[in-house]
Order: sequence, then structure tokens, then C-alpha cells
Amino acid sequence: MSYLPFAVAGWVCLIGLYGVATSRNLIHLALCLTVTQSSTYVLLLSVGYVRGGTAPIFKGVKLGTRAVDPVVQSLSLTDIVVSVTVLALILALGLDVFGAAKTVDPDEIAELQG
Amino acid sequence: MTRRTRIVIFLTAALGLAALFGWAFAGLPAFGNGSHVYAFLLNHVAVPERHTTNVVAAIVFDYRGFDTLGEEFILFTAVAGVVLLLRPVEREDPEDRGTTASDALRFVGVGMVGAGVLVGLWLIAFGYITPGGGFQGGVAVAAGAVLLYFVSNYSAFYPLGHVDGLDPVEALGAGGYAVIGAVALVSGLPFLANLLGPGSVGTLVSGGSIPFLNWASGIEVAAANLILFSEFIREYLHPARQDG
Repeated sequence: MSYLPFAVAGWVCLIGLYGVATSRNLIHLALCLTVTQSSTYVLLLSVGYVRGGTAPIFKGVKLGTRAVDPVVQSLSLTDIVVSVTVLALILALGLDVFGAAKTVDPDEIAELQG
Repeated sequence: MTRRTRIVIFLTAALGLAALFGWAFAGLPAFGNGSHVYAFLLNHVAVPERHTTNVVAAIVFDYRGFDTLGEEFILFTAVAGVVLLLRPVEREDPEDRGTTASDALRFVGVGMVGAGVLVGLWLIAFGYITPGGGFQGGVAVAAGAVLLYFVSNYSAFYPLGHVDGLDPVEALGAGGYAVIGAVALVSGLPFLANLLGPGSVGTLVSGGSIPFLNWASGIEVAAANLILFSEFIREYLHPARQDG
């Protein structure tokens, strides 16, 4: 039980990669990549969790109260920002690919370009 | 490579990766029992040192502030890439389409635009005291503003989401962060060193440079997200690539 959150992170990562490997649509592929990236949030926050710990915000909470790891929270924040902006960039590239190849199926694009 | 071969190769690789995950996770401290020294230290020194009650904000804008500078520029570069890729063939205002909102939806929705933007600004303003911060608040501001398009029409949203107007704002946010860092350098301190007094705990005047960095990133994130929204909305209304 105590390793379940880590297993969930691993599963989310692998299921996202499975989606990327089998995708028939570039937009679906981009979203699968986002699913894979989401596993890192689960992993980071699981690593930083402290049993019975409060949020690392000490407004109205006595200093020295047991709190969860603030470092992994700030890393997740960076992670989310990068994930979203890269997703936007990939979707824009996907639009360009559709304009050039008239398809969003990665297999057909490969055939067209040779 | 056929689809079948690809799936077989993927499953083989995935099994290997799963095994490595299992090995790695077995070496981690059990869930909820690990307490990293760095985390413990920051939870105890951030408030006395920086007078910032939100320790996550103190890490983002101070202890790991240099990291956030990189993040700001990842955001900036990605948005520049999207604008470049989706640039219109000829710049013209797309005609209004999708004006399907009912009067009731408009009435409630326009009110929510103000509420959404206000919540975003509040999240930025108090980000280093209570939960929130420049990144979270910036997204909320942009989401509030883009609501105007969904409940109204493009011409109502256009003045807010115009790339020519938002570009300088985004640059101000990203550049402002770097300038605040450089001010420390000019004062003879390391880059991005927190150079103002810590102020009093739990008030808006706390954290030294943190409020300024927080606002710089809030402005950048809000402008960057609005640019992204508005580029994709314009692309939807007026596809530039119909002729290939």
C-alpha cells in the first residue's frame, strides 16, 4: 500500500507512452504526451508527501508544524507550466502538418514524405 | 514498420521500463515517511529568513529563482514559436462566427469575466502569503479574459487578445524578471539575490524582491496565455492554411 502512489505514477507514464506509440491522430498523440508528463506530477508530489503534514504555507499555521515538501511542489509548478506551453507549441506544429499533408494520422504522414 | 511490429516493440520496451520503475520505487522511502533535509530546512528557515509565509513561493522566486528565470523564458520561447507558426498569411480581422450565446448566458458570463480576472489578480497579489502565486494567478487572469470570447464574440475579445498589444506586455513580464535579477548584480550582489528588506511576516510588504518577481511572472503568464488563446481562436475562425 505504501508504494501505491509510485506505482500509479509509473502506470500513468506507461499508459501515456502506449497512447503515443499507437496514436492515429496527432492531436491525440499530443494529449497522450501530456498524460505521460502528468505522471511526473504524481511522482513528485508522492515523493514529497509527509504523513499528517500540512501545506507548506505558514499563514495562520505555527512555524515548525509538520508540513509536506515545498521543493517538489515548486518543481511540479515548473513542470505544469512547461507542459502546457510545449503542448501549445506541438498543437501549432500539428496544424502546420495538417496544412502540408492534409492528414493528422502520423502513419500516413510518414508515407507521404517517404 | 507495420503497426503490429510497432506495438510489439513498444510492449517489450514498456515491460523493461516497468521493471526499472519497480526497481527504482523499491529504493524510495515508503510513501509519507520520507522527509528530505532540504524540504525540512526550507520549511523552517523560509519564514524567518524571507518573511514569506508561502514557502513554495519563496522557493520559486527566491531559493530557486534562477530556475524560474529559465522557466519564464521557456514559456516566452514557446509562445513566440506558436505565434510564428500560426502567423496569418495576411493580417485581417476575422469575421465573427460562433456568436451563439443566449442573452442569459451573456449576462451571467460577462459578469464572470470580471470575477475571473479579479480572482486571478488576487491570486497573484497574495501569492507569496497564501496559496497562489504569479503562475497560478496569471493563468486565472487569462482564463477570465478568454471567457469574454465564449460568452460574447470575437470582436469583444479582440482588444484584449490582440497579439500586437500583448507582445510588449509579455516581454515586460519576462524581461522584468531578468531586470530585477540584474538590479541585484548592479548592487554588487549575486544575480537575483533578494536585496530588499524582508518586511513584516504575513503582509503584502514581505519577502523583499519576491513580490516584484511574483508580479513579473504573473504579468508574463497572463499575457502569454492570452496570446496562445487568441492565436488558436483566430486560427479556428480564420484558418490560414486552407490552401495548403
